[in-house]
Amino acid sequence: MNTVIIQYNAGNIQSVLYALERIGMTAVVTDDPTLIQSADKVIFPGVGEASTAMQYLKERNLDVLISELKQPVLGICLGMQLMCRHSEENNTPCLGIFDEQVQKFTTSLPTLKIPQMGWNTIGDLRSDLFTSVPENSFAYFVHGYYATLGKHTIAKTDYIQTYSAALQKNNFYGVQFHPEKSALVGEQIIKNFIAL
Amino acid sequence: MLTKRIIPCLDIKDGRTVKGVNFAELRDAGDPIELAALYALQGADELVFLDITATVEKRKTLSELVNKIAHKINIPFTVGGGIKTEEDVSVLLQNGADKISINTAAYMDPTIIKSFAKNFGSQCVVLAIDTKCEADGKWYVYLNGGRQKTDTLTTEWAKKAVDLGAGEILLTSMNHDGTKQGFALDITATLSSTLPVPIIASGGGGESAHFYDVFTTGKADAALAASIFHYKELAIPDLKQYLNNKGISIRL
Repeated sequence: MNTVIIQYNAGNIQSVLYALERIGMTAVVTDDPTLIQSADKVIFPGVGEASTAMQYLKERNLDVLISELKQPVLGICLGMQLMCRHSEENNTPCLGIFDEQVQKFTTSLPTLKIPQMGWNTIGDLRSDLFTSVPENSFAYFVHGYYATLGKHTIAKTDYIQTYSAALQKNNFYGVQFHPEKSALVGEQIIKNFIAL
Repeated sequence: MLTKRIIPCLDIKDGRTVKGVNFAELRDAGDPIELAALYALQGADELVFLDITATVEKRKTLSELVNKIAHKINIPFTVGGGIKTEEDVSVLLQNGADKISINTAAYMDPTIIKSFAKNFGSQCVVLAIDTKCEADGKWYVYLNGGRQKTDTLTTEWAKKAVDLGAGEILLTSMNHDGTKQGFALDITATLSSTLPVPIIASGGGGESAHFYDVFTTGKADAALAASIFHYKELAIPDLKQYLNNKGISIRL
């Protein structure tokens, strides 16, 4: 099994690598197009800001490369958002793999903090990504923007409104939460992705 | 529904936990990694590691420890203690810390909050405030582990820090810390209802009911405690079951 984690100007890349190592896997962290294209599995992580990340990807032609990958690809957090059509975060056109839009959380209730930070449930699970993951399992989220519900939604979460906790289209998967920080549930989801 | 978080705090000196712990499950009670792994298994929602080492070797020791923790622990964790520069933050995040916490250094130079938030994201910048209610009934900011009083009101400092980019506030009441008589509900509620970021309440948690109070009356998003967990006066699974039974949204 040859897994690649895409290296770009975003945070939490090491955490994803360590999570793989905890479950007995290894991965290569790289931005080399040849290594990415020849991998069995590709993980596209990310904590950061959408427009800066998209600019970085475009400058290296990684935007085209990611969109044309044929093997299973897993976007995490910002990675998933960048795989959508458009993000309201600095009005950024994204990769357009998923039709869903990325919008900013807004609320007038002072009790609801933005970004959402902490553990929330994922439900309505519809994908091989969630094999052996019970409905309403807890996952760890940190995000101020969310992907709308749509035809690619494979998991839902409620915060201010119901939104896509995960998306899938063909070989492309995306999760808004952080499986690398979501205890045993997260480890199961990473194992499921590697087993696809 | 987003849940309230329970956060054990481990004090670290020279790579070891400082407060003596007495867990039969642990081979080495002074090993922070073993203790952290046990808390994660018991259902802790996050962990905080505060480094109180005061030597020049500290930074390297700490980053090595953080790297080991990140390899072992499958929940988010925050690291604090002596962080002053972007380089300090960068090293800790690269070694796998999810968040860093800053206290006195941020008060002395508030521009670091802005630069940390810009370079690493607000979500990883936790501002820790040690606060004390004085005879005039107002809450003031204290520095250097509570040894140095300032004339700054806690509400004003917290608002300024959030405006500069702090993503979370870790509020420790010196009046309550160590008393096991309950958290400071009023100042916690004041900050939580006026600031748009999560508030972690710290200091005074002695029994399950105190956590219920700080999540309801105190409006806290998370609660932190140390010795009651270390000395097994309160087990995390029992605490979380209690809160769940009382209708608090909690991860079981």
